[in-house]
Amino acid sequence: MTHPTAPPDPAAALSLRGLWRRFGDKIAVSGVDLDVPAGSFFGLVGPNGAGKTTALSMATGLLRPDFGTVHVLGTDLWARPDEAKPLLGVLPDGVRLFDRLTGAQLLTYSGLLRGLDRDTVARRGEDLLRAMDLLADRDTLVVDYSAGMTKKIALAGAMIHAPRVLVLDEPFEAVDPVSAANIRAILQRYVDGGGTVVVSSHVMDLVQRTCSHVAIIAGGHVLDAGTVDAVRGGQSLEDRFVALVGGRQESGGLEWLRTSSDSG
Amino acid sequence: MVAHLVRLRLTLLGNTLRRSVWQAVGLVVATLYGLSVVTLAVTAAVAGGLADPVVTGQVLTVAGSAVVVAWWVVPLFAFGLDSTLDPQRFAPLAIPRRRLLAGLAVAALVSVPALVTVLGAVGVAFAWVTDPAAVAAALLSAAVAVALCVLGARAVTTLLAPLLDSRRHREVLMVAAVVPLLAVGPFFAWVTSPTRGDGGEVTVSGPGDLVPAVVAPAAELLAWTPLGAPWALPGAVHDGAWGLAAARLGIAVGALVLLVVVWDRALARALVAPRGGRAGGTARGLGWFGRLPATPTGAVAARCATYWVRDPRYATTLALVPLLPAVAVVLGLTTGAGAGLLLLAAPVVAFLLGFAVSDDVGYDSTAFALHVASGVPGRADRWGRALPVLVVGVPLVVALAVVGAAVADRWVALPAVLGLALGVLGAALGTSSVASARLVYPVPKPGQSAFSTPQGATTATVVAQMAAFAVIAALTLPTTALAVAAVLLASVPLSLAAAGVGVATATAAVVVGVRWGARVYERRLPELLAQVRSFA
Repeated sequence: MTHPTAPPDPAAALSLRGLWRRFGDKIAVSGVDLDVPAGSFFGLVGPNGAGKTTALSMATGLLRPDFGTVHVLGTDLWARPDEAKPLLGVLPDGVRLFDRLTGAQLLTYSGLLRGLDRDTVARRGEDLLRAMDLLADRDTLVVDYSAGMTKKIALAGAMIHAPRVLVLDEPFEAVDPVSAANIRAILQRYVDGGGTVVVSSHVMDLVQRTCSHVAIIAGGHVLDAGTVDAVRGGQSLEDRFVALVGGRQESGGLEWLRTSSDSG
Repeated sequence: MVAHLVRLRLTLLGNTLRRSVWQAVGLVVATLYGLSVVTLAVTAAVAGGLADPVVTGQVLTVAGSAVVVAWWVVPLFAFGLDSTLDPQRFAPLAIPRRRLLAGLAVAALVSVPALVTVLGAVGVAFAWVTDPAAVAAALLSAAVAVALCVLGARAVTTLLAPLLDSRRHREVLMVAAVVPLLAVGPFFAWVTSPTRGDGGEVTVSGPGDLVPAVVAPAAELLAWTPLGAPWALPGAVHDGAWGLAAARLGIAVGALVLLVVVWDRALARALVAPRGGRAGGTARGLGWFGRLPATPTGAVAARCATYWVRDPRYATTLALVPLLPAVAVVLGLTTGAGAGLLLLAAPVVAFLLGFAVSDDVGYDSTAFALHVASGVPGRADRWGRALPVLVVGVPLVVALAVVGAAVADRWVALPAVLGLALGVLGAALGTSSVASARLVYPVPKPGQSAFSTPQGATTATVVAQMAAFAVIAALTLPTTALAVAAVLLASVPLSLAAAGVGVATATAAVVVGVRWGARVYERRLPELLAQVRSFA
């Protein structure tokens, strides 16, 4: 864990310092400091409502922090968005897509908005559609896609401009196991090639298998961060997470919830 | 069950209000508006009843029928407006259908429109204050009428729910809905035309001299339909025509029973038939994305052009364009205003097109996150949204102006009409470019009906739209003044002056509006996203 007063790390892919965000009278994120090392596959885990999405929104320019700074590879995101945003690829959670476009059109749109030229967009779009197994559905309107397909086309859109840092909020949610394995392989290749990936998830097992680094966030704070092996310290990540976050119920009670018992 | 569902309804309402002040304000405004309408109606009815009970009874029958029709038809176009009592949501709960039916029926009464209808129906009963028997009959028929309204709305929506489940059907219906809406004006004009040949262009007027000619036969006819029967019942009692009164009561109650049966059947089907399973829409190739320049501006323009056709919320506006001149012709011919009314078509269409993008970011909803994450430059975003409107709008309004002038045979007016139409288009578009970056208000979400207004959005929407209206009116004031003078005086120099001022206004408004809008946009980018997120 970083010391609160440490200056932002210019070498880090993402360096968050003292991030705060309040919604009404609920403080969603209270003083998050986090360094995501360049070239890491970084997992952000936390219970529901821990502030993962809020923190990632602030780290990607989607939500203005009340306090704190975000540096992307040394560039201050909120001071110089025009320089920092091209470095980032973002898959936000819980937002719509321009779903009246077909899959191919949406990818083209994402690429052109990033200022790519037509040939590059066409070539990369083709590659991404193939990688995401969406070639057959390229001409279908995204509004008629299934939840998993929607996630995949959004992910493809986040990658088309070959960002240095990919920030993905719940990328594996609703995605079938085969596609999830394909996506993990794509992301792993991307990390091997020098890119940085940040994913949020609450599937501990997936994070333990896939990520090199992890941060555990709860109640708007970072409880622990570091390499996966350092954080879990010999336990499984899940046990470590439960021990840190707490709130595990002893599995007593609910004796009536048995098919043999009376329904009354 | 009844108590449960009513409590559920009230809790949902309470929670919505707690989420946002605007929602609370909107509800209060809607209630006050409804109450003022009721007060006016009741006052008019009581005053009329004292003066002439027969005519008042006829007017009440016609007006009441209109209320019932509105209850039955509006929910179809405004589906998604209120799905808190969607029967599908109760499917897993295994509630006996009879009890669910009763509960849903009573809970449906807990809404502002229902409250207003109940108060109005009870209030107008006192139009018969001089005749206690008629008042009693009127109170009975008020209960029946309200039941007809509420049950009819539920029956129609539940019955047609499978149809509305298909995205395509829904969207076609939404766009088609503008036809009956627009037809209302010409219909009244046509109905009233025999009595008014004096060139008035007011289509819906008070119950003055047209009562004998129009309202009486209409009321006579409607009284024999379930729409008007309950409202006509007190009149029959007042006249002492007991047989007639019994017949009308029979029609109303019979219709009520029929509605319950239909609803019950539809509900039974809805509770066991799962939704979904439909073919997806497709479009080959890249469409506009392949044709427009491969720049962020071109991309935004291509996306907007695609949406103008594919998103019913935009397509509805486009569908209005060919209809408006038709309405103008019918109105002009029937009211005696003549084909001169057609001259107005071009400026009105110009306004519709320019104003349609005044809440473009609201229409994007949270999909706007893509623009924020990509850091799309303000200029690219604003020009991209404005260009399709200009490219389609300019030739369109020019053509409409020329056709209008030709049909009306008023060539002197052509430059003035052209100037006014282009001026309005430019002013509306420039204002929209700033407004959509500054005054975002809740609109129907993607996939919802263009006619559903998010409840509680009312006040914010009205404030934002009024502000935009005022600016557009101020910007086009010089052009309007010159154009009106030119048309009235048939003056060629004035007409040419209007054209010049109009084009200059349009150019300046678009250029300044887009630049200013781009600055506001870049400053407020994350705040814009936060705003549309709060509506979602």
